[in-house]
Amino acid sequence: MGTTGREADEIKVLLEAVYLRHGFDYRNYAMASLRRRVHKVLDESGIKQIIDLVPAIWNDDKVASDFLRVMSIPVTEMFRDPPFFIELREKVLPILETYPFIKIWHAGCATGEEVLSMAILLREAGLEKRVRIYATDYNDQVLKAAKEGIYSMDKIPLFESNYQDAQGKGKLSDYYHARYDQAKFDPELLSNVTFANHNLVTDGVFGEMNLILCRNVLIYFNKELQQRVFRLITDSLCPRGILGLGNGESLRFSPLARHYEHIDASLRLYRKKL
Amino acid sequence: MSRYKAVVIGASAGGFELLVNLLEALPASFPLPVLVVIHTASSGNTLSQALAKAASLSVVEGVDKQTIQQGRIVVAPGGYHMLVEDEGYISLCVGERVCHSRPSIDVLFESAADVYGDKLIGVILSGANRDGANGMKYLCDQGGLPVVQDPATAVSPVMPKAVLKQCDVEHIVKPEEIPELLVQLAQ
Ligand SMILES: C[S@@+](CC[C@H](N)C(=O)[O-])C[C@H]1O[C@@H](n2cnc3c(N)ncnc32)[C@H](O)[C@@H]1O
Repeated sequence: MGTTGREADEIKVLLEAVYLRHGFDYRNYAMASLRRRVHKVLDESGIKQIIDLVPAIWNDDKVASDFLRVMSIPVTEMFRDPPFFIELREKVLPILETYPFIKIWHAGCATGEEVLSMAILLREAGLEKRVRIYATDYNDQVLKAAKEGIYSMDKIPLFESNYQDAQGKGKLSDYYHARYDQAKFDPELLSNVTFANHNLVTDGVFGEMNLILCRNVLIYFNKELQQRVFRLITDSLCPRGILGLGNGESLRFSPLARHYEHIDASLRLYRKKL
Repeated sequence: MSRYKAVVIGASAGGFELLVNLLEALPASFPLPVLVVIHTASSGNTLSQALAKAASLSVVEGVDKQTIQQGRIVVAPGGYHMLVEDEGYISLCVGERVCHSRPSIDVLFESAADVYGDKLIGVILSGANRDGANGMKYLCDQGGLPVVQDPATAVSPVMPKAVLKQCDVEHIVKPEEIPELLVQLAQ
């Protein structure tokens, strides 16, 4: 069977090597999708055996950065799961509004679409000036793209229809300039955003956040690592702070669930108890 | 005890009705977990609700790290691949589409075959693309048992045909025969 025996051993050695040599710790990522990724790296590199990836990754920075890129899966979109953003607007912003100053953390922000969506939501609610957003990922490549706020026009129809489904107050085109085949978003939207490299596996607590969005990141971790990261997230929230997860994720299977109440369980919004 | 431990089902165009009928016909005592990928435009939630209405087994939309249980039907949520982990739970992934699909039948079948090996039954119903063909091939290579809807009875025969091209299949059956076959195999 695939994930037992020899292949499992080779993957183990590979992940140890990646960790020792490059500091990226994939040792507790969920195995099934990790395995698909490793095979993808093999296919792309032309290397036949997993074990032969070890010297390649050890000696060749290009192979190493390809590995990181394939492992990172920065697939994202603006206003992903529009009902989630409606709920943010209707249930969460009114809570945040009661604070004099608001701190928001996007953990695993990928290329920044979720951050921009939040910034638009905040502007439409008139909260923009009172907010500091921290947007982190462990992949420098995507952080660089996120800072630029430029997206291919091909993606705009999906973003626009998500924005409308999320009951946006205007048109998405109010927020960007189209140039050739690219859309550049208003840089003002990102003026309160601090982008930083942060690895949820190996870095620490992030400060007293009022709202943390960590969506579609925890799915890549195994149960044990998920627990550790849920702990880190919980410790990074202020008392009564709010946590938003991805549509396919739930706190339900975590022992830390008892520290939270539901704002809306079906939309994966939770509030930390006192 | 059955020699099988799980059933995976893949369906696409023309497969929804069949899936409803199939799940409806499975008895509440069905002893194996059933994992389903169906391509549709509607969200996973409305889908699993529609299926739950029909089935006598419990039907849920897959949630990351949910335990796989006998007699429970788990439907992949919209927008996510659904994979089986060694430890007996599912995990989700938003990686790139496979055969233009996410969820993809290939991804489910391959990861399930890795975990269950020759103790897995794979079922392919009607569908208009070739997602599932590679997954079923892999399932067969690991010793799993393929069951395929007779293309002559399928609204869209592309998917079952693509599977038959790549795999040696004993059970090429009419959709209404599938529930009984599964019950027998699961005994
Ligand atoms: C699928 S994207 C999610 C983007 C966005 N939150 C969304 O839901 O649309 C997953 C992101 O998690 C990041 N990621 C994976 N492991 C991480 C880790 N250990 N620490 C920080 N970010 C990580 C990846 O680099 C990727 O950009």
